[in-house]
Amino acid sequence: MILRATRYVVVAAIAAAALVSLSACVPNAHTRATTTAATSIKVTSTASKCAISSSSAPSGTVNFTITNSADQVTEFYVLAKDGVQIMGEAENIAPGAPRTLTIQLGPGDYFTTCKPGMVGAGVGRAAFTVTKSGTKIELTGDAKTQTAAAAASYVAYVKNQVAQLVPATQSFVTAYLAGDMTTAKSLYPQARAFYERIEPVAESFGHLDPELDAREADVATGDQWTGWHRLEKDLWPPAAADNGGTAYLPLTAAERASVANKLDQDTLQLSNEVNAPAYTVSIDALSNGAIGLLDEVAKSKITGEEEVWSHTDLWDFQANLDGAREAYEGVRAIVAGKNPQLVDQIDSTLAGLEKQLAAHGSIQSGFADYNQLSAEQVRQLAGGVNALGEPLSKLTAALVD
Amino acid sequence: MTKSQSTPAAKTRLSRRGLLGLVGAGVVGAGVGLGIDRAVVSAVAAEASAADSSGAASTYPFYGAHQSGITTAAQDRLHFASFDVSDITRSDLIGLLKDWTAAAARMTEGKTVGDGAVSGPLAAPQDDTGEALGLPPAGLTITFGFGPSLFDHRFGLATKRPAALIDLPHFAGDMLDPALVGGDLCIQACSDDPQVAVHAIRNLSRIAFGRASIRWSQLGFGRTSSTTRAQATPRNLFGFKDGTANVKAEDRTVVDEHVWVPTEDSPAWMSGGSYLVSRKIRMNIEPWDRSALGEQQRVIGRTKGDGAPLSGGSEFTEPDFAKKHDSALAIDADAHVRLAHPTHNHGAVLLRRGYNFVDGNDDLGQLNAGLFFIAFQRDPRTQFVAIQLRLAGNDAMNEYIQHVGSGIFAVPPGARRGSYVGAGLFES
Repeated sequence: MILRATRYVVVAAIAAAALVSLSACVPNAHTRATTTAATSIKVTSTASKCAISSSSAPSGTVNFTITNSADQVTEFYVLAKDGVQIMGEAENIAPGAPRTLTIQLGPGDYFTTCKPGMVGAGVGRAAFTVTKSGTKIELTGDAKTQTAAAAASYVAYVKNQVAQLVPATQSFVTAYLAGDMTTAKSLYPQARAFYERIEPVAESFGHLDPELDAREADVATGDQWTGWHRLEKDLWPPAAADNGGTAYLPLTAAERASVANKLDQDTLQLSNEVNAPAYTVSIDALSNGAIGLLDEVAKSKITGEEEVWSHTDLWDFQANLDGAREAYEGVRAIVAGKNPQLVDQIDSTLAGLEKQLAAHGSIQSGFADYNQLSAEQVRQLAGGVNALGEPLSKLTAALVD
Repeated sequence: MTKSQSTPAAKTRLSRRGLLGLVGAGVVGAGVGLGIDRAVVSAVAAEASAADSSGAASTYPFYGAHQSGITTAAQDRLHFASFDVSDITRSDLIGLLKDWTAAAARMTEGKTVGDGAVSGPLAAPQDDTGEALGLPPAGLTITFGFGPSLFDHRFGLATKRPAALIDLPHFAGDMLDPALVGGDLCIQACSDDPQVAVHAIRNLSRIAFGRASIRWSQLGFGRTSSTTRAQATPRNLFGFKDGTANVKAEDRTVVDEHVWVPTEDSPAWMSGGSYLVSRKIRMNIEPWDRSALGEQQRVIGRTKGDGAPLSGGSEFTEPDFAKKHDSALAIDADAHVRLAHPTHNHGAVLLRRGYNFVDGNDDLGQLNAGLFFIAFQRDPRTQFVAIQLRLAGNDAMNEYIQHVGSGIFAVPPGARRGSYVGAGLFES
């Protein structure tokens, strides 16, 4: 957990302009085609499918027209090739009321997916390829439009992550309370990734972050310890030598139910907070969120202090890095126009760190345990974190410059 | 140390296996230190350091109503050591304290330990280790304390433990390394010359072999507090001035009320003493260095340049915690200066005497750096603990620090000439 409540807030017009509320459909408008030859694609969302009329389009403007054929409200997403970053989305698509999402896409690999009921990981995820058309994609719009779009896109990302965190937490809690410890252990780092990607957001709701994510050392004498790490210790019980010299006492059935149910309830509250109509983020919260997530890596993941019993620190590391990239990508185009050298530096050091970490696994296929890394491997990762940290720390200043 | 072999006092017998003689001669500046106890420079030392402009030849008296090294103007260097007492008897322990007292009194006068470093038989190792030969005392003070664990069953002291000498609670965020916590005894050696401070701990630990051994120790290279008005406020490794609002020796009534244990507090053997709390605080300086100046100033609640509170004024202007800039508090709700301020802690204050440290680097190739916090107070329950409970859960600075070591010690009053440090504990 991060103890910092709020980052230093840069008072600048650009930040104020970015306080937008996200209601329905907000395309990611970082880019715009200078010559418009829009491609139209039809999408049909059902309870279990997300049928798309074409799996590719030339670069430039793409109009997705989504028809909802199920009986629940649905959402449609275009995701970047990492499957996480949201390029554009349409929310609250009612049955029988088609909606069009217009976005500009550069050449590359993407995914499309629908989310009937607006919760869970989504259905019918399919690869979507954008071919090189020669259409030049470049920045446009005034600062207000750009920052509003960036902030709105980030809010959508936060909601998306929380929408996956809720069922993932429930599955974990169910396995844990059923005594299926093998399943609970495998679900633990997967579910936490949704939380770690947006940790600065959870932190902004005061008590929620300590109640969900406090480590044992964070808890003062006499205070109650709840959340993920309380259950982590129960799932990976320490030897007496690692427990201050006393034998670890497993939680009783009643204690398990109490902590697990509170974890569920607090996660639902987080979901309520980010889905509240008034929930917004400012543009500097984006760049500072990226910086804060990397600080998190530097302070507790690279040291193995976050997951002291499960040693799943590299999952958190990857998730923090995912969240940092998402926040960075949101402001990247704006900063590129002001300080292209800085963007080049961040691009290369961020990609370098991602590559370093990928050598140890992935969230999908699993990572090496932190305590399996050699001292040299940890030192190399720390070097990568510092290499990225230096240019990334200048992002907010460049953004509001 | 300077020409100690030429002074009569150097002939006082001192064997590291049993100090019998008690040093009397050669003491300078015998004034009892209630406030500043910086004493007159001895002629011998002054001669040796005539070219030294830093006042390095200063000496402070070892004997007196209070131990030196508390309200003494904070020296530039620290060597602090915590000791575990071996399986010895109560009288052995008293013997150790007598030996330490005699050696400490000599070293603070700029003299060698025992028979010196070079004047004994060639066939024998010498009493003094020798690295301080030719160096002035540089304001050396040596301060002794007793940890809670000394008051167990071993030495018949269980009923003598002061109520104020508590076991510190676990504070939120504590990442204490058991190897850096606690101890039966402690010695704080401060000097303006690092080699003089190290010489003191080295020789005192050598004297203790077989009776006590070092549990953990700490070198500090730059004071982070001023304890007198004559001193400029130094900077800690965050780059900020530290100790602006510290208790100063000149504030006699504050010192008497908040630093020294008064006669009305029990136990009686602690009257004129104080309680020392040490915390090894690791600073996460790499993330700190990457944080914006505005963020750093928000965390501290002061400007980095002058150390003025963000509510305005200059360094010594009282912070105005209610002041607002553009409807936001000028000093953040969780700024360090706000949460640590006496007005937010029922008037609790500490005499801080901390030092910067850099213990090489960690496994990640980052500096193992921070602040070795030392504070003196009348009662840790209402002073350090009350303040730290507030800071541990709320201070914006917590993101950039980790407490990794901890100690609490009862610092008895100063020894009378002819007696030894802590005599009151054993003779009451």
